[in-house]
Amino acid sequence: MKVRAQIGMVLNLDKCIGCHTCSVTCKNVWTSRDGVEYAWFNNVETKPGIGYPKDWENQKRWNGGWERTKAGKIRPKQGAKWRILANIFGNPDLPEIDDYYEPFTFDYDHLKSAPEMEAFPTARPRSLISGERMEKIEWGPNWEEILGGEFSKRSKDYNFEGIQKEMYGLYEQTFMMYLPRLCEHCLNPACVSACPSGAIYKREEDGVVLIDQEKCRGWRMCVSACPYKKIYYNWSSGKSEKCTLCYPRLESGLPTVCSETCVGRIRYIGVMLYDADKIAEAASVENEKDLYDAQLGVFLDPNDPAVIAAARAEGVPEDWIEGARNSPIWKMAIEWKIAFPLHPEYRTLPMVWYVPPLSPIQNAAEAGMIAAEDGMPDVKSLRIPVQYLANLLTAGDEAPVVSALERMLAMRAYMRSKTVDGVINLGVAKRVGMTPQQIDEMYQLMAIANYEDRFVIPTTHREVVEDAYDLRGGCGFTDGNGCSSGESSGKLFGSRKFVTPKDGWQ
Amino acid sequence: MHYFIFGIYPYIALSVLLIGSIARYERDPFTWKSSSSQLLRRKQLIVGSVLFHIGVLTIFVGHFFGLLTPLPLIEALGITHEAKQILAIAVGGAGAVAALLGGFILLYRRLADPRIRATSSTMDILILSLLMFQLCLGALSITVSLHHIDGSEMVKFMMWAQGIFTLDPNAASYTQGASWIFQLHILTGLTIFLIFPFTRLVHIASGIFVPLRYLFLRSGYQIVRSKKRGQKHPAE
Repeated sequence: MKVRAQIGMVLNLDKCIGCHTCSVTCKNVWTSRDGVEYAWFNNVETKPGIGYPKDWENQKRWNGGWERTKAGKIRPKQGAKWRILANIFGNPDLPEIDDYYEPFTFDYDHLKSAPEMEAFPTARPRSLISGERMEKIEWGPNWEEILGGEFSKRSKDYNFEGIQKEMYGLYEQTFMMYLPRLCEHCLNPACVSACPSGAIYKREEDGVVLIDQEKCRGWRMCVSACPYKKIYYNWSSGKSEKCTLCYPRLESGLPTVCSETCVGRIRYIGVMLYDADKIAEAASVENEKDLYDAQLGVFLDPNDPAVIAAARAEGVPEDWIEGARNSPIWKMAIEWKIAFPLHPEYRTLPMVWYVPPLSPIQNAAEAGMIAAEDGMPDVKSLRIPVQYLANLLTAGDEAPVVSALERMLAMRAYMRSKTVDGVINLGVAKRVGMTPQQIDEMYQLMAIANYEDRFVIPTTHREVVEDAYDLRGGCGFTDGNGCSSGESSGKLFGSRKFVTPKDGWQ
Repeated sequence: MHYFIFGIYPYIALSVLLIGSIARYERDPFTWKSSSSQLLRRKQLIVGSVLFHIGVLTIFVGHFFGLLTPLPLIEALGITHEAKQILAIAVGGAGAVAALLGGFILLYRRLADPRIRATSSTMDILILSLLMFQLCLGALSITVSLHHIDGSEMVKFMMWAQGIFTLDPNAASYTQGASWIFQLHILTGLTIFLIFPFTRLVHIASGIFVPLRYLFLRSGYQIVRSKKRGQKHPAE
């Protein structure tokens, strides 16, 4: 047993209102720079839809993630190491920027500088890459917002696999949900495996996956290796960039920017202990539907004295073990089993988990008939097809998703009885295999969702990491040499690090 | 002048190549990159880039072994200079066709595509143009070589190249009287060495070391960095 700690996240999709506050605050902090205008370390997609970049979930097309070989081992779906190197001159699996969208701005200045005209002056769009006029914007960061566009297009969504999807094009049968996405900080990251330079690494102490910008050479294999397409090539600096899980905030015990600013309070951050020796085994189980269970088997019970002893022996700090015991992630993913990894079939063992959303009952007329037992409607009558959610979260296995939805419905029914009727409804709790105490706790965490319950983040331990004396007079984050801004006056090495096409505009 | 170009300039170019590259790697590793533009325009890149790289690599390896294999070793192996000359023309010619074709596609794309044009630095365009110029000269030199199919002319360049590396003070004299095409080809080649550290060509150096480290030094696929004091980064 090799105990490691990992910061994980849960997103309660049942409460996501699709306001994009997470995306916008993330962009303001991390990607409001040249070369990554098109990159959203966090984005919110409306599902069903093909997403951002287009069709990202379809690994038959993009070859992201891992695949299991006949010998029972896993290798990157792009190919083994030699295959990745063979594609280095031209990566056949790399999306083009138009698969995300061509970043644009508008000629705002024209609004005030235009001469007197018959027609009101307009601000026309302009490419942020070439600086050229864009006559028509064909695609944007959130083009499918709230089912924008035709059903025929959004129904190309990969999660419709195995579903008779035509009926969901009908107005009466339509459904939608939001899916906020960020880097999964996987236990078995495919991006790390595909980087020939060895620039991408997983941090041992908290599991955050980062790209060493000074080691990255821009071979761009990570972009195609990541099945979630959450690594972005900065076309200006020539380096790949990704979500950092706001590690400078995490290190001081603060939640990520996306979590902190989430107005729906849907995000949870906490510590999980896992057995690093079990990763290869869990990622290579034969049946894709077993991957969710296999991943659950990787995590270690933080209340088990043997685990605690092993964690101490590995040097996991005491407050991290304590954090793992109080982890909201542990409760939702392991104890209550209401949170699931996104697309476990990619075999990356992702660490951003999702609570599936409840949805209105499909046919109001039938509602009375369905809501037979304990005021709980049948999960099958919910508007979002269970198979769709299962394709998203459990490689198509419906049973765990049904159980999670039932537990959430049970929580509502139980709390309604308790607060409205003043009755403790033991029947409904028993039906979903939970104790009243568990339901109370679940209600506290998911409905009340207090800040200190959502974010249980132990601070980093500088004292074991570095000699603080060496840090005196340090410069914080720089992209250059020490305390310089990184832009030397003479450009000896052609170090125009951030190309600004705007400079050349007129 | 001849002595300067073939006797002194090679040392200047190689020194700048070596010291400049080390300085850039050490002082400004953030700028050490391949500067791929595939994300911005996939069209033409894959075919152009693959042809160009395979052609150039063939030519590079050919020049390396062709010029720097010690003359006594060649004789000991029993390879006649004539056979070597024919091999050089055939393989080098094929490489040149691939590289020229690919390079032309890349240069056209760089100049004609608005996205690539807007994001190119002057140095990007300059170095690609210079490489294309050099490739044309190299291809042209085949016409000269066909008149010296016995390889006698080639031996002179081998003696010159090996003379440079063995610090032979007479190295420059071996190229005396060679065709102007060859002389210009060598001058351009040395100039490419000279400006190497200041261009995106530095990614060639990574291209040599990175695959070795990736294939043979990294066990498995994953990299985990520990920050614990005194612990080295594993798999680095």
